Amino acid sequence: MSPWVYVAIIVVSTVASDVLQSWEMKRQGEVMDFGIGRLLRTLLSKTPLVASVVFLAISFYAFLALLQVADLSFAVPATALSLVAETILARLLLKETVTPARWAGTALVALGVYLLAH
Amino acid sequence: MPVSNSRLVRKTRWFAAIVVATNVLGNFALSWGMKHGAAFDGSPLSFVLVVFDPWVLAGIALLAGWVLSRMALLSWADLSYVIPVTSIGFVLNAIMGALFLQETISPLRWLGTFCIVGGTVLVGLTAPKTEP
Repeated sequence: MSPWVYVAIIVVSTVASDVLQSWEMKRQGEVMDFGIGRLLRTLLSKTPLVASVVFLAISFYAFLALLQVADLSFAVPATALSLVAETILARLLLKETVTPARWAGTALVALGVYLLAH
Repeated sequence: MPVSNSRLVRKTRWFAAIVVATNVLGNFALSWGMKHGAAFDGSPLSFVLVVFDPWVLAGIALLAGWVLSRMALLSWADLSYVIPVTSIGFVLNAIMGALFLQETISPLRWLGTFCIVGGTVLVGLTAPKTEP
């Protein structure tokens, strides 16, 4: 299979995973107790977090498959599209204030990740 | 309030560092295991065999730490902050690839590296949390 099929699967599932996780954790409020058991219980008891782990697992499985047909230095940068998509969704769905400095920084990172693929 | 802001910034820096370290080391261990261990052909059986490679197991444990620390970080920091700031991991991944996996870093890749570092610093200087 073309490496780009894996890349597409990775990007879509990564974006879904991160947006779900950020949305639910914002609702939970600032974590003060960092016990692994407590974090795990939170992770397993909230549907959006369970869904985010399922998407992460899909992304992980596709990433393992991609590493078999491409270098790590292609595999990681090729997923850079998710950076921009996630920032747009953070603004639209999570109602975050994305300041000009954040847009500029995110664009710079995405450009850098793209260049890293060459 | 400045006091609680500096507390939140310090906590954010620590967690961002943990998130990046577990991600980079986890990716590296996985990549090493995939290249030197059992072959993965996409079938569920080969997936199980690959998962029991020690390097792959170490990678999975590190990535589990990555998920939990990132989950905690996202409870107080914005996604649009966490994403670019933890992207410094891309640079470290590339350096690990060059040092240990014999992947080459061309001048364009170095340029990309500087862009990522610049973007990370730029976003890192903004407040981690924008809403009340």
